[in-house]
Parts: sequence; structure tokens; C-alpha cells
Amino acid sequence: MADGSHALLLDRGNLKRRNRVNRVVEIGSSIGAVIAVAVLVIVVGSVVLKGAGALSWHFLTTPSGLFGDTSGGMANALVGTLVIVAIAAAIAIPVGILVAIYTTEFASSRFAHPIGFVLDVLNGVPTIITGIFVYGLLVAGNKPSGFAGSVALAIVMLPIVARTAQEVLTLVPATLKEAAHALGIARWRTILRITVPTAAGGLITGSLLAVARAAGETAPLLLCNFIFAQGVLTDPGEGLASIPLFIFQSSESPSPEAHTQAWAAALVLIAFVLVLNVVARAFYARSRKRMGA
Amino acid sequence: MHNQNPTEATAMTEPNPEQQSRQEAGAPAPLAAAAEQPPAPRRDRDVGELELRGLRAFYGGNEAVKGIDLPFKANDVTAIIGPSGCGKSTMVRCINRMHEEIAGARAEGEVLLDGLDLYDSRIDIVAVRRAVGMVFQKPNPFPTMSVLDNVTAGLRLTGASRGEMDDRARQALVGAGLWEEVKNRLKSPGVGLSGGQQQRLCIARALAVEPEVLLMDEPCSALDPVATLKIEELIAELKQRVTIVIVTHNMQQAARVADTTVFMLDGELVEVGPTEKLFTTPDDDRTEQYVTGKFG
Repeated sequence: MADGSHALLLDRGNLKRRNRVNRVVEIGSSIGAVIAVAVLVIVVGSVVLKGAGALSWHFLTTPSGLFGDTSGGMANALVGTLVIVAIAAAIAIPVGILVAIYTTEFASSRFAHPIGFVLDVLNGVPTIITGIFVYGLLVAGNKPSGFAGSVALAIVMLPIVARTAQEVLTLVPATLKEAAHALGIARWRTILRITVPTAAGGLITGSLLAVARAAGETAPLLLCNFIFAQGVLTDPGEGLASIPLFIFQSSESPSPEAHTQAWAAALVLIAFVLVLNVVARAFYARSRKRMGA
Repeated sequence: MHNQNPTEATAMTEPNPEQQSRQEAGAPAPLAAAAEQPPAPRRDRDVGELELRGLRAFYGGNEAVKGIDLPFKANDVTAIIGPSGCGKSTMVRCINRMHEEIAGARAEGEVLLDGLDLYDSRIDIVAVRRAVGMVFQKPNPFPTMSVLDNVTAGLRLTGASRGEMDDRARQALVGAGLWEEVKNRLKSPGVGLSGGQQQRLCIARALAVEPEVLLMDEPCSALDPVATLKIEELIAELKQRVTIVIVTHNMQQAARVADTTVFMLDGELVEVGPTEKLFTTPDDDRTEQYVTGKFG
């Protein structure tokens, strides 16, 4: 008996090899994780190192100077991006949330699945294609404008908003909808008063992530909003300056001062995106907690 | 349904005459007065009679309830017992037409409330849900709403004024035995209450629309023994006002709260009778085996 159990305990078989494989996989995946974090740290770090020096109140509040004049700042680009992204958000967020409500509350799975697939494809469309499409639609035969840029960015944002909204709306416990139905509360009212408020945190998360993505999109703006004045403008019917194009143009300039300005603007953009991401995470955590309760 | 029951119909659309006279009498704080008195029986014995006739329920091609004829006495507590999957929840969910919310599910037969079929094409499903309230297994207060808003959630449709809603909410909270515990935290979130309080909040929410029938689908299965006891005491009080149908896994609970007990097996009604008789001298062998713990 004792011999038998000893044999069982001492028999190593291929355990050695299995331990080795285990080790390799563990080290490999740890290295992968370190690389991912390192890339972010290096990108953010280099932007901070090269851009922080040129960042000043003056830089943020003064419009950019004419060709090669680097005494100005990025105020026009900052305001332009805010206007363009705000309009894009005003288009994409309601439509995206409605799409998600349709697929989670009304559509049978025969329709919901294809719509989900279409949204994924739309999310994968290169933004230069979206830009060309909107160029043909709104700019060709007309003129480039901030609004055309907004439409292009709205198309980029739509699948992000809709997909995340779908995800959180399906997380709303069925028991809540059941409770509402059992009280004789109509379906649309249940959606407006119970489902959407319960999922609100997650809906905000998706919207913020989409805004963060749109704020940095360059290709659609290159095509739809490429001529703009140097002053601070807010009329979306005109061409508007934007942060991505400010970075693009400044980095194309031969002047080293312009390069530094490009880094500073990049720092502003990346800070904006990071802050939005952190806030979005906080809303998501809150929303999950509420739905778990 | 409303034709059969004029008091209920008017209560939903017009100010309650009782309430009005109280206000006219100039009582300084009618709400507080209502809150301190136990809720009075508010209806005749013959309102709230429920009857199932040839009720069959399906999930797709699968027949979960196989033709049940069963009367429920008004102002009685009827417990439905039986092993898991015997169709007791499905049967109860046919009474307020929640069964048909599930994709592919349908029901046949009649559910008569005071003689009127709830599946009649003239009847709106919203009216069914107001006449037949429901409390679920797990407490499910609306997480975005305060205690008070939870109770008034079902009332908003009626176009009741804010004051009227608050009044009804208080009565419902008193009725659910929760008023004393929450009167100082009506504005705080409903999900902040304990599990047992949440379930009584859900009962108050169902009572606020003044249903004739209250369905309870294993209302204590997620609660501790003390909270369970409170709910059971509440059931005994509430039967003065509503016809109660309670599904329970717990035979002791059925024995404690029910006047009549129904035993179901495989979608069929095996035996129905006064609770005491069903548990002590059942007619059917299968009932005896179940209540003595031989299976289930």
C-alpha cells in the first residue's frame, strides 16, 4: 500500500516538461504585458518631454500665426476641435444610443446580430475612406467646412457609441424590466425611466470614449476641413482649425520652433484623451456597481 | 373588468371619495393620520374572485401547464407548492399575463377575474397588470430611484397629482409594514435598504396601484428567517385587501400562511384543498409523498 502511494507521489512522468512550458508561457505573457505598458509610457513620456517646454498660457490662448510665424499658439485649433467634436457628438451619441436601444429592446436576434456585425464593420472602415465619402457628399462642389468634418467624425463615433451602449443595455437586469412590466408600465416608459437611467454610467462611458477617439482623428479632417483661417472661429459652416491638423502642419514646417509647438499641441491632445478615458472608466465602474446591486 | 368593479375603476381615475371627505373634514394632517392607523379592509368579500379555466401554457412546443381548472377565493391566501419545474411559476405568470412576455411563450384557456376573462381582446394588458400585482423571487427595487419614487413608479401613468401620489405611496408603505422604518429616508435610494426591506418595498410598489390580486413568486427565497417571518405576517394582514396567490418551495411556509394549498406536478394540478387537510390527510398518494418529503 505504502509503496503504491509512494510510486504515485514520486512518479514525475512528463511533469518536468509541463513545468517548463508553464514557465515559458508565464514569462512570455508577462513580457507582452510589459511591452504594452512600456509603449504607452514611452509615447506619453516623449510627448511630455518634448512638448511641456512650449506649453504655456500664452500658447493655449493665442491663435496661431501665419505661415512660419511661431509667436502664436493653438487657441484656434483648440476651439475648432471643441466645436467640430461637439457637433459630431451631438449627431453620433443620440443615434448610437437609439441603435443600441433598438437592437437590445425591440429587434429579434435575426435583426440584432446583423446590425451588430454592420457596426463592427463600420468601426473597422479606415477613417480616410470615411473622409473621402464625406468629401464627395458635402465638400466637393461646395467648400470644406468644420461641419463636414463633424459629419465624418460622427460616422467614426457612431459604432463606438452604439457598441458600448449595446453592451451596457444588455447588462441591465431582466428582473428590473420584469418588475416594470408587472406594474403595467408601458415599454417605452420602461426604457426611458428604468433601463436607460440604470445603464446611464455605461452610456456615458461609451460616449466619452467615442469623443476621445474623434478628437484625435486626422484623416477625415484632412479631407473635409483642410482650409481654415488663423483666427479663432466657431462657425461650423466655415473651415475650422483643429488640433490634429495643427500638429500635422506644425510638424511639416521646417522651423524647429514649429516642431516644438507640434509636440505641445500633441501633449494637449493626449492629455485630453487620457483624462476622458479615466473619467469614462469611472462612469463604467459606477454603472456596473449599480447593475450588480 | 372595471364594469364589474366600479369602486376599483374610479379609484384609478378620480380622487377616492373616502379620501376627499377626510380632507373636507379639515383633518390637519390627513397623511399622517392615514399613516398611523392600520390599513382598513377596503373592499367587499366578493371582489377579487379569481378562476382559471382550462389554462394551458406553452414555451414553444413544450407544454408547461397542462389544462388547469382552479378557483381562488377572494380574501384568501392560496399557496402553490410542487417540485421545481412543475409549472407553478408559469401558471402564476399566466394570471397577470407576464408569461407571454417571453419569446415563443403563449397561453390558452381563461383567467377570470370577477367573471371577466383577462385574455379578452377588449382588455388592455396594462389594465391586467394594474388589477393583478406581482412580487418576484429576488427583491428588485429600481436602482436609480428613491424609496418614495419606487413606490410611486406604477402610479405615474394614471396622471395622479404629486400630493395624491405621495398619499397613496404612504398608504402602500404602511400597508407593506415598512412606513416606520423608512419614513425618515423616503428620498434615499431604494437599493440602500436591507434585503427584507427591499422586498417589502416591492410589495408596497405593487400595492400602490391598488390591485385586486397579488401574485407572489417565492417572495422569501432570497431572505433570511427574520425577514421571511415579517413577510409572512404581512401576508396575513394583506389578505383583508387582496386575493393572494403565493408560489413557494417551502412547505412549512405554505402551512403557515395559506388558507388553501394547491399541489402541482408536471404541469398538472394534483390536489387542492384547505391547507391543513392537504398537509395532514391528502387524498392523493403523490401529494402525501411530496408533503412527507419522499420526493421533491
